[in-house]
Amino acid sequence: MQQLSYFELVGFGPNGWGWALLTAAGMTIAVAICGFLAGSIVGTLVAWGKIGGNLVTRSLADGYTTVLRGIPDLLVIYLFYFGGSAALGAIGSLFGAEGFIGVPAFVTGALAIGIVSGAYQAEVFRGAYQVVSRGEIEAARSVGMHRWLMFRRIIAPQVLRYAIPGLGNTWQLVLKESALISVTGLVELLRQSHIAAGSTRRPFDFYVTAAILYLLITWVSTYLFQRAEAHSMRGMRRAS
Amino acid sequence: MDFAFMRDTFLTLMGGVPLTLNLSFTSVALGAVLAMLLALMRMSRIKVLDWPAQGYVFVFRGTPLLVQIFLIYYGLGQFRPTLQAWGLWTFFREPYWCAVLALTLNTAAYASEIIRGGLQSVPHNQVEAARACGMSGFLLFRRIVFPIAVRQALPAYGSEIILMVKATSLASIITMMEVTGLAAKLISQTFRAVEVFIVAGLIYLILNFIITRIIMAIEWWLSPHLRRPPAIEPRLEAAHV
Amino acid sequence: MSNGVASLSTQPAASEAAPAVSVNNLRKSFGNLEVLKGVSLSAREGDVISILGASGSGKSTMLRCINMLEVPDSGEIRIGGETIGLKKGRKGMEPADQRQVDRIRSRVAMVFQSFNLWSHMTILENVIEAPVHVQKRPKAECIAEAEELLQKVGIVDKRNQYPSHLSGGQQQRAAIARALAMHPKVMLFDEPTSALDPELVGEVLRVMRSLAEEGRTMLVVTHEMGFARDVSNRVVFLHKGVVEEEGAPTEVFGAPKSERFKQFISSHR
Repeated sequence: MQQLSYFELVGFGPNGWGWALLTAAGMTIAVAICGFLAGSIVGTLVAWGKIGGNLVTRSLADGYTTVLRGIPDLLVIYLFYFGGSAALGAIGSLFGAEGFIGVPAFVTGALAIGIVSGAYQAEVFRGAYQVVSRGEIEAARSVGMHRWLMFRRIIAPQVLRYAIPGLGNTWQLVLKESALISVTGLVELLRQSHIAAGSTRRPFDFYVTAAILYLLITWVSTYLFQRAEAHSMRGMRRAS
Repeated sequence: MDFAFMRDTFLTLMGGVPLTLNLSFTSVALGAVLAMLLALMRMSRIKVLDWPAQGYVFVFRGTPLLVQIFLIYYGLGQFRPTLQAWGLWTFFREPYWCAVLALTLNTAAYASEIIRGGLQSVPHNQVEAARACGMSGFLLFRRIVFPIAVRQALPAYGSEIILMVKATSLASIITMMEVTGLAAKLISQTFRAVEVFIVAGLIYLILNFIITRIIMAIEWWLSPHLRRPPAIEPRLEAAHV
Repeated sequence: MSNGVASLSTQPAASEAAPAVSVNNLRKSFGNLEVLKGVSLSAREGDVISILGASGSGKSTMLRCINMLEVPDSGEIRIGGETIGLKKGRKGMEPADQRQVDRIRSRVAMVFQSFNLWSHMTILENVIEAPVHVQKRPKAECIAEAEELLQKVGIVDKRNQYPSHLSGGQQQRAAIARALAMHPKVMLFDEPTSALDPELVGEVLRVMRSLAEEGRTMLVVTHEMGFARDVSNRVVFLHKGVVEEEGAPTEVFGAPKSERFKQFISSHR
């Protein structure tokens, strides 16, 4: 077979891998977004435990962030992938199913990313909460806002605005971390490149393409986060 | 919980610690040299030096480490004949060297920004004072700028080292049997993911705890000016009690 | 024991309706420090009471207790005839019924020393926030009313700006509009001019004076002797957590009974 040019290889022609790579990039974005949102939920709860909790919840929340930031993400992914399968297998055997039951790699991946990025997001949220003016919270109490209304109308919008730069950094981490999900077989960008590299014996071309696509996603999301930050800071005077 | 199994797991996984530490320290040390070079390029105000360094940092921070590892380990295989002709194939054939190279290149990108931040934090008046004493060039850098910058950058560099210890786990994907590699193997043999995870996680936490302590000690040792002054007059001290 | 209310009214209140606010034997400690040592006070409808005192005399704490921003250790607070229920919690006293507190708070408006406008909302949004979301009134009606109030305090042209773009005096006037928008029975002012540059104090005091002339019930913690003397119809001087001097401005400023109040007046001229 005649050697294809690089652009035929990654293009959208009959022998090109273009669509496959783009779909896989979409999968990378999808799993990263789901993981990031899961992490936002975890992070909010953990931050809440750190700020408003008693000694027990505070210690648990602190322990959570220390542990999750101290162990490799890959281990967490293995835990969810193999551990989740083992748990499903145990449940399955109760209903007469036998052998290994795989957890959907997408779910495993998003959950693992969520658990890890939750630890980082918790710190971001906690830091942002500390910037919210105590006086404004007091003013909210003084007009008779109950807790949930105050959280929804006064605290959450401000925490979110102060958290945007930190969340942007966490998002970049999540995006790169999503490449690790390829070890569980989820066909995201890196996995697809691996498959294409093996099938065409052109590994360099495909990994470079993957790198370019990752850079593109990073670059676009940096831009979007900057826009979001500028938008949210309208009406705010910067301290410096 | 099966403690006999946990103990065996612990002993097995401890076998991977030397390789984990080896990969971490080799790449952090080599990466620091490269990072220093990149930081100086970025601060040189010379475009032909600054731009490549900026591009380097952008590319290596903007792509996943695993892509970088695959690019080096599998990707360069595409050029095997050329590399063989140049005598480099023995290097790129080895997963160990590929992992070290990828980790080094990766950490250099992050560390160069940390070093740059540290160098930029050096107060201008202190440099001026040194110039007034007749210092310049390398002497100024070695005696005044560098020591101040190191103290400033150390906490962030400490975090980067911890991140590198965690990052060595990716070497397991290209067959290196460090702690995570051994853990993955053990999980796939025993299907006891939770126990193995706890033991492996514990080992990483212990390693990182020790490294954090060492960095804190260095920080303390490097910043005598931030320590409380020694009690010269014990009687004054007693008066505070 | 409720007969022991040390009413500060110069006229017997028996023939009138319940006082707008009454505070009876209020005590509050922070750690070992007892800030309020049994303070009593009552304000009828339309009263403007100036609360004077050195810093640390407990005057702000008392005001904050009336709005339940601080929970008193003991004593009784009645707003419009309704007693705020308190119960023993794990960390000292706490409100027995949070809904009651929220309801009462929405009728007792507070103006803070540092304005405390919500920085992520425009001035108009600040003013309609509580009417719309706490009192659940129709938004269109609240907006129309908010614009009237902003007109009244003289900053209607700033309605779509954010608090950080306004001067301190403008922010405080916006905060007063925010308080008025809740149709409060009582307005509490906690040193409303203390954080302002001297040249901005006047514009805020003018707004407060016009509110007093409308017959609003106001409790004002302040250092502005002129306001206390000319605008309020009652002055209370707190010292170390107790009421040291009280009465009509002409009485207390003309012939102070307490030595400490004499000193206080002479040092605040």
